[in-house]
Amino acid sequence: MSKKSYRTAINEALRQEMRRDPAVILMGEDIAGGAGAPGEQDAWGGVLGVTKGLVGEFGRERVLDTPLSESAYIGAAAGAAATGLRPVAELMFVDFVGVCFDQIFNQAAKFRYMFGGNARTPLVIRAMYGAGFRAASQHSQCLYPLFTHIPGLKVVLPSSAYEAKGLLIQSIRDDDPVIFLENKVQYDEEEDVPDEAYTIPFGEANLTREGRDVTIVAFGRMVKIANEAADRLLKQGISCTVLDPRTVSPLDTGTILDCVQETGRLVIVDEASPRCNMATDVSALVAQEAFGALKAPIRMVCPPHVPVPFAPNLEDLYVPNADRVEAAVRAVMGFKARELA
Amino acid sequence: MAGIIPLTMPKFGLAMTEGKIASWTVPEGARIETGQEIADIETTKITNGYESPVKGILRRRVAAEQQDLPVGALIAVVADASVPDSDIDAFIAAFEAEFATGHTGEQAETAPEPLTLDVGGRAIRYLETGREHAGTPIVLIHGFGGDLNNWMFTQPVLAADRRTIALDLPGHGGSSKDVGAGDLTTLSRAVTGLLAALDIPKAHLVGHSLGGAVALRMALDTPNRVASLSLIAPASFGEEIDGGFIAGFIEASRRKQMQPVLEKLFKDKSLVSRDMADDLLKYKRLDGVAAALGTIAATNFANGRQQEILSGRLTELRGLPVQIVWGDADEILPVAHAANLPAGIATHILPDSGHMPQMEKAAEVNRLIADLVATADARFQPT
Repeated sequence: MSKKSYRTAINEALRQEMRRDPAVILMGEDIAGGAGAPGEQDAWGGVLGVTKGLVGEFGRERVLDTPLSESAYIGAAAGAAATGLRPVAELMFVDFVGVCFDQIFNQAAKFRYMFGGNARTPLVIRAMYGAGFRAASQHSQCLYPLFTHIPGLKVVLPSSAYEAKGLLIQSIRDDDPVIFLENKVQYDEEEDVPDEAYTIPFGEANLTREGRDVTIVAFGRMVKIANEAADRLLKQGISCTVLDPRTVSPLDTGTILDCVQETGRLVIVDEASPRCNMATDVSALVAQEAFGALKAPIRMVCPPHVPVPFAPNLEDLYVPNADRVEAAVRAVMGFKARELA
Repeated sequence: MAGIIPLTMPKFGLAMTEGKIASWTVPEGARIETGQEIADIETTKITNGYESPVKGILRRRVAAEQQDLPVGALIAVVADASVPDSDIDAFIAAFEAEFATGHTGEQAETAPEPLTLDVGGRAIRYLETGREHAGTPIVLIHGFGGDLNNWMFTQPVLAADRRTIALDLPGHGGSSKDVGAGDLTTLSRAVTGLLAALDIPKAHLVGHSLGGAVALRMALDTPNRVASLSLIAPASFGEEIDGGFIAGFIEASRRKQMQPVLEKLFKDKSLVSRDMADDLLKYKRLDGVAAALGTIAATNFANGRQQEILSGRLTELRGLPVQIVWGDADEILPVAHAANLPAGIATHILPDSGHMPQMEKAAEVNRLIADLVATADARFQPT
């Protein structure tokens, strides 16, 4: 066990699964870099260096630099999965998914169902998401609500380096298509990560804080922000549960409802655009299944409904932060029923 | 400023980086003895009594209760009554200035790290401390589902004057997850193999629970390698075992399930922290652990009964110093197993302790181990 970055944890998961199972292959744009050209090989390791070094161990046959065409290689990966390989395709920025909707939504997600349960599609699509990287609106979206909307896809949001390694290994071993989303501003965040391979099951939420007063459900990078807010609030006498669902499809609705039953107050922190995101989804769940437990209206901490701004000062205002989470928790704590009138 | 002794935040276990004084149990100005408990120290994992390593007057309690402090930080100052207050103040100021610049903080960074050796094709992880001391080493063997961190309150104390090795049994901690048949012979051979690889011909064995049975198995199979046996709530002393604990430990995949299982280990249930449960869940997620624990449980504890009973063979260990330590409130292995043992076996039943007396009653267990080791050494001293 040693301190490893989110990036290293993902690289190690890929390497260990490729060693364990020869059917695991990698595909993507410049995931090694330098293919078919003279000069430096493995020049990139993906645009942010996550797959660096893998081509050296596993060769060009298992680490495939693809043409600059998401439509082609995501489709090829879906086909390869249906015919016996376990491809891990890197979509680079999740914002590029638009050109391969059909391959993911209409093909990969449907195979198991359309072939009477006889087809397996052990495909992993890795992509990076999220704002705060100064990469402007076409490289900063979250988009996980889109995938969550499609039955047949599993959607994973690792919130830290430890979570990333265990959830990625689980994703590769899973027999269904999995969308594995990495927050690009977390790549250098470090924590203790075991050297050995391990798996974290899907659909099991993790409580990173446990408290009595308010439940904070947070997704991906927002878990860290929620923890920061919870730690500050605890010093002021307000104790919060912070719930990291780990996977948004499947979603651990049981643990969310249990926590709301215990605390009676709910704040949801979601970096995705506010309409039809995970915050609205969880709000609807709790309003329907645990209305009687609520002592205050649900609060959602989300960005405004605009494209992610390129101006750094505006981008910083856009992304939810611990101050906003703290304010939302105070608001639900201070709620009095007569305000409803 | 001679005669002023700093007491610093101790390091319990590999992962501890900071701790806090939960409460002081001795007032400033009191005379304290070596080994006297003077405070409770709380980490994110567990709370433990802190014993003074020295005797003298507790002149100053530097650490406030509930204040988070890094390992190595000054918590108190011991000095003779004749030392003026101004000298104490100056000492504290100097220590803290130096600590802040990292000079004395090196202690935390140079803390011993566990190593791994290949033993018969299996990687075995172990933590060795007190290497500089001569004498027959002490080897610490944890129980089912445990690891070398189970000795976090034991190893630092014993290593103060003795080479001490804590290891992870196959299937546990950082060791290989291949347990073979998972029987006591396989596990004890891993210990024998590690000692051979470390060039240790003979050792004092301390075994807890399943590790107690492993130590006893080793003493029966290779008596020349064993200098004494301290068995803490050992397995193989009777058929009864809480099968629900074993099954629950294997099945738990969430903290909510793990917490009540772990509470069975302690008399004081509040000792089970979130971090303790989390660490065990992280261990259980490692590839191969589920199979390893399943095999060990099926081989040793099938149908909720212990399969290999060795206590009847204690009489074969002619002349070997042996002691049995058991918590009177053990919920996993009944303390009744400590009754009716052959004559000459010292039995210590510790009040107010569950299945983990080396954590719940660390000071007493440490003293018992040190005493038996000293007695055994004296007896075998060449004349």
